[in-house]
Amino acid sequence: MNFVLLFTMIVASIILVFAGMLVARLISPRTHNRQKGEAYECGIPTQGETWVHFRAGYYLFAILFLMFDIETVFLFPWATIVKELGMKALLGILFFLFILILGLAYAWRKKALEWK
Amino acid sequence: MLDFGTITTATDQYLHSVMPTQAALLLECILVALCAVLAYVMLAIVMIFMERKVCAAFQCRLGPMRVGVWGLLQVFADVFKMLIKEIISIDRSDKLLYNLAPYLVVMSSVLTFSCLPFAQGFQVLDFNIGVFFIMAASSFGVLGILLAGWSSNNKYSMIGAVRSGAQMISYELSIGLCILVIVVLSGTMQISELVEAQRDGWFIFKGHIPAFTAFIIYLIAGNAETNRAPFDLPEAESELTAGFHTEYSGMHFGFFYVAEFMNLFIVAGIASTLFLGGWAPLHIAGFGAFNAIMDYIPGSVWFLGKTFFVIWLLMWVRWTFPRMRIDQVVSLEWKYLLPIGLVNLLIMTICVVCGWTF
Repeated sequence: MNFVLLFTMIVASIILVFAGMLVARLISPRTHNRQKGEAYECGIPTQGETWVHFRAGYYLFAILFLMFDIETVFLFPWATIVKELGMKALLGILFFLFILILGLAYAWRKKALEWK
Repeated sequence: MLDFGTITTATDQYLHSVMPTQAALLLECILVALCAVLAYVMLAIVMIFMERKVCAAFQCRLGPMRVGVWGLLQVFADVFKMLIKEIISIDRSDKLLYNLAPYLVVMSSVLTFSCLPFAQGFQVLDFNIGVFFIMAASSFGVLGILLAGWSSNNKYSMIGAVRSGAQMISYELSIGLCILVIVVLSGTMQISELVEAQRDGWFIFKGHIPAFTAFIIYLIAGNAETNRAPFDLPEAESELTAGFHTEYSGMHFGFFYVAEFMNLFIVAGIASTLFLGGWAPLHIAGFGAFNAIMDYIPGSVWFLGKTFFVIWLLMWVRWTFPRMRIDQVVSLEWKYLLPIGLVNLLIMTICVVCGWTF
């Protein structure tokens, strides 16, 4: 039943946007000229390309994010059974977090966390 | 207390008694979708109105007063205005992705919204991996934002989208860690069980210091996740015009706007579910009469009251603090919130293992 509802909600959200756009397109005016079709850049003609290579600073954070996000995924199953495992869970997580914090400390040390 | 589940079960049985199984299922799905989408839109309208009034109050103004009594119809007028505005699309944009972006953003927030428990049994999606699903569903909203910025072929949008991506994925980690703290404390991921476990005391009291730290971190990270001031770099209006939705107009823009406000509601809703007890009333052990009186207040009132209280807190933050710089935003997350969150998780584990919780 849950998956039927999940599917229902996905379809409902698509229909919500689609219906809104449809109504808007039906009742809103539509004109076109060359100036209107240009990207907004404070009113002056667009200079240069937009789709260019981008700074690597963002890339480093994406890599770090990947590491820690996977870590959260691994921690969720552990978190549900902490009460049953007791001391074993604590020791396991100490080891796990030690390696992770080591990684974070390494990134910190290498100045990967600075925004340049 | 009223269990909303009895009403849905009764409706289900009635529908099955008057029509074949397939038709009943279809009708139920349509009913659920209709209710959820209507609630979604109406709450967005309430939120926009509240934002304006709260903002006005913080700036010693009155806010909207002209349309309707006390400006109550202002937002409806605005929505109608948005509907009749022209939808401009840029000549050199990537048309497919440009049109796809609002769908992704709205879908992510609708899916997360349908996980919120409004009252006992009054919840659309109740997976056994509930909070995990919430994280998964809310994290693909950033995809829509990145697509919107990229496909607009506008430098403001591009920079806004990439900033937003860097910020949202960073703060998602802290949100994940705060949710983990609560999962460690309760031992379940299902939302209804999480709320049920808070009947004799909310998690923020049961988990004392680590839970409270997690609550504060969650509020900060959640505020950053919704791209609101002081974390509104992705749409910093004085430098980036409107950020990733610069090139969107009319209803196209409207959906981003609605999704943004609903994300605020969702963040507050999850905060009140995980930390403040969701629809569970305030109970103090030993005060039988007090608890009995509190039980008379319906669960939905408790949930909405807590949620709007958290929303009000976040709005207070928004209208009080100036915008942060991007390097401050990044270092706040990676150098402060994330290490504190990890240590906090460890403290909570120690507390649970040693039985130092209430």
